[in-house]
Amino acid sequence: MAIVNLSGVRKSYGALTVLRDVSLAVERGAVVALVGRSGSGKSTLLRCINGLEPIDGGEVVVDGRRVEQNEASLRQLRQEIGIVFQSYNLFPHLTVERNVTLALSLVKKMSAQEGRAVAEKVLSQVGLREKMAAYPEQLSGGQQQRVAIARSLAMQPKLMLFDEVTSALDPELKEEVLKVMEGLAREGMTMILVTHEMDFARRVADQVVFMHQGRIHEQGPPSRLFAEPETPEFRQFIASTLN
Amino acid sequence: MSYTFQFGEVLRYWPLLVQGAINTLVFSVIAMVAGLAIGVVGASCRISSSRVLRAIAGAYVEVVRNTPLLVQLFLFYFGLPALGLRLSTSQAAILALTFNTGAYSTEIVRAGIESIHRSQIEASTSLGISRLQTFLHVVLPQGLERVYPALASQFVLMMLASSVVSAIGAEELTAYGNRIQSENFRAMEVFFVCAAVYLGLTYLMRVLLAAVAYVAFPRRRALGSV
Repeated sequence: MAIVNLSGVRKSYGALTVLRDVSLAVERGAVVALVGRSGSGKSTLLRCINGLEPIDGGEVVVDGRRVEQNEASLRQLRQEIGIVFQSYNLFPHLTVERNVTLALSLVKKMSAQEGRAVAEKVLSQVGLREKMAAYPEQLSGGQQQRVAIARSLAMQPKLMLFDEVTSALDPELKEEVLKVMEGLAREGMTMILVTHEMDFARRVADQVVFMHQGRIHEQGPPSRLFAEPETPEFRQFIASTLN
Repeated sequence: MSYTFQFGEVLRYWPLLVQGAINTLVFSVIAMVAGLAIGVVGASCRISSSRVLRAIAGAYVEVVRNTPLLVQLFLFYFGLPALGLRLSTSQAAILALTFNTGAYSTEIVRAGIESIHRSQIEASTSLGISRLQTFLHVVLPQGLERVYPALASQFVLMMLASSVVSAIGAEELTAYGNRIQSENFRAMEVFFVCAAVYLGLTYLMRVLLAAVAYVAFPRRRALGSV
């Protein structure tokens, strides 16, 4: 059974239509890469999945539950869904450890000790255990993004969303973040990522979804999609990402 | 001009001056703490989705910031008894200072809260943290940290402005100075000494406020910016 099911999702900002009748199913354990030009609606689509963007029509179902815009149900839902943003969005006033444990203590009511143990585990997973006491601004961009991933992982989500998480990073810092994500994929985490890293999508994704003008224009396994793009738009897009 | 300064005439009254300085400080610290609490609540109302709360907080800020502190003080001290509420001079003084500082703090705290980017709220609520908890643990601490220098200078200004409560004879430094000069007729020396004491109190306040920042904002401590 699909863990994420979007059917007929529509969304507009005033006169601007961003999503037109988008339907998509994501299987448990799958890695899905959303690709497309800026403004094609891929980030908005991602943000609809955890309710950060209210939708105007259609339905988003995650893990058998419909995404509704009321606080109680969103809170429930979001405990199951991790999201990592382009600009990291760590809490700058808190240490790395507290960034990871804040939701553990507030939402999962863990003791400081239990929280610390979880923080140690997830920070080791992203290779930053020795940075527990540091503040975000003492870290590089790549390290901050890895902390953001750890912060999400600490909640033991069933699904992780990545919104252009390497777009703000230098090439070498990109690599360290992508490596962490690849590790997650290998461990069977369900992941939906908006990305401009075509190599990464080709290598790691099970399914690539090309969005164009608010619609899913083309989708399929990367091996087929990149080798034989069906539509001229996707062909053009691939060509534009190669240089 | 052949005026002979006689500070001895003033320093004789040192116990009164010390008591006045202490009272000024006590009034100020109470008004500061209570004013900040009002500021946080007021700022929350100012940005709340409830139109009624926004209107109430907005009116409070407008009225207080656009009327003289002395008049507010007179309202509390001479006005309230008409409604059956008789306050001591100290009570009226503390109440007026708190009421006044609360309005300025509301605006400063609001600025701090509004300066925190939406993405912080998104990151927090995306972890399943409630809106209230997000406000208390993510938005407010960062907002307060950001406007702390503005709050601190507002508090120092309020401490200096507290001298107007001598108008109702509240027991603080300026009122005591007044009393001393009415006994020894050494107005120049008396108020010179008062000014010096206020200067000292200002430095003391700054040290206190810096100590509060040191404890309240561990990040700035860690990064060596306090």
